[in-house]
Amino acid sequence: MNKSIMRADDNRRLLLRLAVSAVVMFGFGFLLVPFYEQICEATGINNYLRPEAEQGARAVGNTQVDSSRSVLVQFDANLHDLPWRFQPLQRSIEVHPGQFVQIEYEVMNNRDVPVTGQAVPSYGPQVAARYFNKMECFCFEQQTLAPGERRIMPVVFVLDPGLPREVSVITLSYTFFELPGRNTAVLTGGPAKQQAGSRSPAPARGAGAT
Amino acid sequence: MAAVTHDQLQGHQHGQSGLMRWITTTNHKDIGTLYMFFSFFMFLSGGVMALTIRAELFQPGLQVVQPEFFNQLTTMHGLVMVFGAIMPAFVGFANWMIPLMIGASDMAFARMNNWSFWLLPPAAILLLGSFFVPGGAAAAGWTMYAPLSVQMGMGMDLAIFAIHIMGISSIMGAINIVVTVLNMRAPGMTMMKMPMFCWTWLITAYLLIAVMPVLAGAVTMILTDRHFGTSFFNAAGGGDPVMYQHIFWFFGHPEVYIMILPAFGIVSQIIPAFARKPLFGYASMVYAVAAIAILSFAVWAHHMFATGMPAAGQLFFMYATMLIAVPTGVKVFNWVATMWRGSLSFETPMLWAVGFIFVFTIGGFTGLICAIAPIDIQVQDTYYVVAHFHYVLVAGSLFALFAGAYYWLPKWTGHMPSEFLGKLHFWCSLVFFNITFFPMHFLGLAGMPRRIPDYALQFADFNALISIGAFGFGLSQLIFLVAVIKCIRGGERAAARSWEGAEGLEWTVPSPAPHHTFEEAPVLR
Repeated sequence: MNKSIMRADDNRRLLLRLAVSAVVMFGFGFLLVPFYEQICEATGINNYLRPEAEQGARAVGNTQVDSSRSVLVQFDANLHDLPWRFQPLQRSIEVHPGQFVQIEYEVMNNRDVPVTGQAVPSYGPQVAARYFNKMECFCFEQQTLAPGERRIMPVVFVLDPGLPREVSVITLSYTFFELPGRNTAVLTGGPAKQQAGSRSPAPARGAGAT
Repeated sequence: MAAVTHDQLQGHQHGQSGLMRWITTTNHKDIGTLYMFFSFFMFLSGGVMALTIRAELFQPGLQVVQPEFFNQLTTMHGLVMVFGAIMPAFVGFANWMIPLMIGASDMAFARMNNWSFWLLPPAAILLLGSFFVPGGAAAAGWTMYAPLSVQMGMGMDLAIFAIHIMGISSIMGAINIVVTVLNMRAPGMTMMKMPMFCWTWLITAYLLIAVMPVLAGAVTMILTDRHFGTSFFNAAGGGDPVMYQHIFWFFGHPEVYIMILPAFGIVSQIIPAFARKPLFGYASMVYAVAAIAILSFAVWAHHMFATGMPAAGQLFFMYATMLIAVPTGVKVFNWVATMWRGSLSFETPMLWAVGFIFVFTIGGFTGLICAIAPIDIQVQDTYYVVAHFHYVLVAGSLFALFAGAYYWLPKWTGHMPSEFLGKLHFWCSLVFFNITFFPMHFLGLAGMPRRIPDYALQFADFNALISIGAFGFGLSQLIFLVAVIKCIRGGERAAARSWEGAEGLEWTVPSPAPHHTFEEAPVLR
């Protein structure tokens, strides 16, 4: 009898301890909340409260970009027997391979007749041509400029991350060639019909001048 | 103790009978029986939900239920099976067998024991009754992820209260088991002489005390987010829905071991009995169970690989998860080594136990595959995961429960269960189980998402096959009901040691076990 009373006391003490641990674990569940927030803040993950805090580090979010190196891309513009003004709006730009870049060229027709030209790109060094992917370029199409027209033309490109590491400077050079006789095709209503109306007075005026 | 004995005597002398006997009982055997009948009832309810799901998925398109109701069914099937069927069934086994195995006269706190059982029926009523409230039952999945669970109708509130009540019940049951195992062992029954079932339950009980309160905290946060203006998980208020997943799985992963460790214990009792050899590597079994329990606290985020975790986190949880395969492998090895060169016989309990090892190990291996973070991203929320956890929960926990039931039915009822019905039940269950769940691996790998009432046409053949298997499996369980009822009603009389090779104190008392056993503690050699 005495022994069983002692055991009952033991049991009650253990019950109390286990019950307290259960209550503590209930509190621990709530403690996980600040704990979680602290960890997220310390490691910079999942920061919903101040998303701008991580903009700098993680906003790029593009795993294709090789930010370990940058390449200097220089822009050059040439004219082949064409009395236009043609120049890049910036001389050069530093880019990471894999990064999307947009730059602009300016072209202006100094003549008083519409002229159609086509730009041909070339690359230095030559090997860079394979890794220079142009998404958008004025050289994809023939450009017809009205007399005195000035045009800003974008080039969007991305350097393939597979670009050999020894290539650290690339020169992109465009040369504009005149496409003789194309402007008459435009006049007679070629592919650019909607432009024909606005252009038609121009050759007449040109003819009058001569 | 004195008070308890007094209580029991009163109950006996006043001869309460009928319903009042069961409501007021403080006897561990009565309470164990109540737990098991309750869990079998819940098992059938959850099974009906599963079969409704499978009826809907028999063909592509919507035929049987609407998507809203389908979501309620998947949610409630999970909640009912986990909290209503598997867990109470193991507590029932613990109540019945632990005092008998360690030579105690009853559980340490007999009246608390009564209370922890009788909390369950109200919880079950809340859970099952929630189908009939406006908006229907909770439909956010059994994991009740925020923000969905913050937005649901009142069915979610009922589910939250049901989880609170069932959590309190499990914690009380767990405390009772810890105290009983630590303080009530017969003289000479040292810790390292305890039957494995007691060891696994002791460790399970510690897990329960550690994590059930955390789940209670998580659902309380949902409750206050829903009704009291807090913003634990509400991003608009500065909360974070992903945090719910962390808190839930801090509970949830130990929880899956809560559901499997007692199964390991049951199988570790049965295999030696029918191999007629002592358990191979007893000490390593104990350490393996402890290792699994400790590791279970360090792997929760493997359920969350797809939430955008940093790669370092994914790697840590991936390796920690794979580490669990080591102690689990030790256990499987030891069971096989116990059978090695034993004089085996394959009565029903042994068939279930061997079946358990076979199918559970498949589930364990698919678990390893899911643990690999890059693969998990692919199979996350597909039927591959459904196949995996049914292989470990149905073929693991449930098969072990059936094994234990057939093994100890003679002790409970005094009659041997019918070998014919038991074997029929086993073979039907094993075959239909695999017809049901094995093709789910293929569906999951082919990309069929879980918890969706409709599916693309290329999945139709496998789904029809699965539904047929599911109905076969569901109907097979009625064989168990018949076998148990027949065994209670009569049959071949069971000897005290009902199975030839069975060892342990429980086989030293007559069958059926008298209402009061070990009032004088047995003496161990």
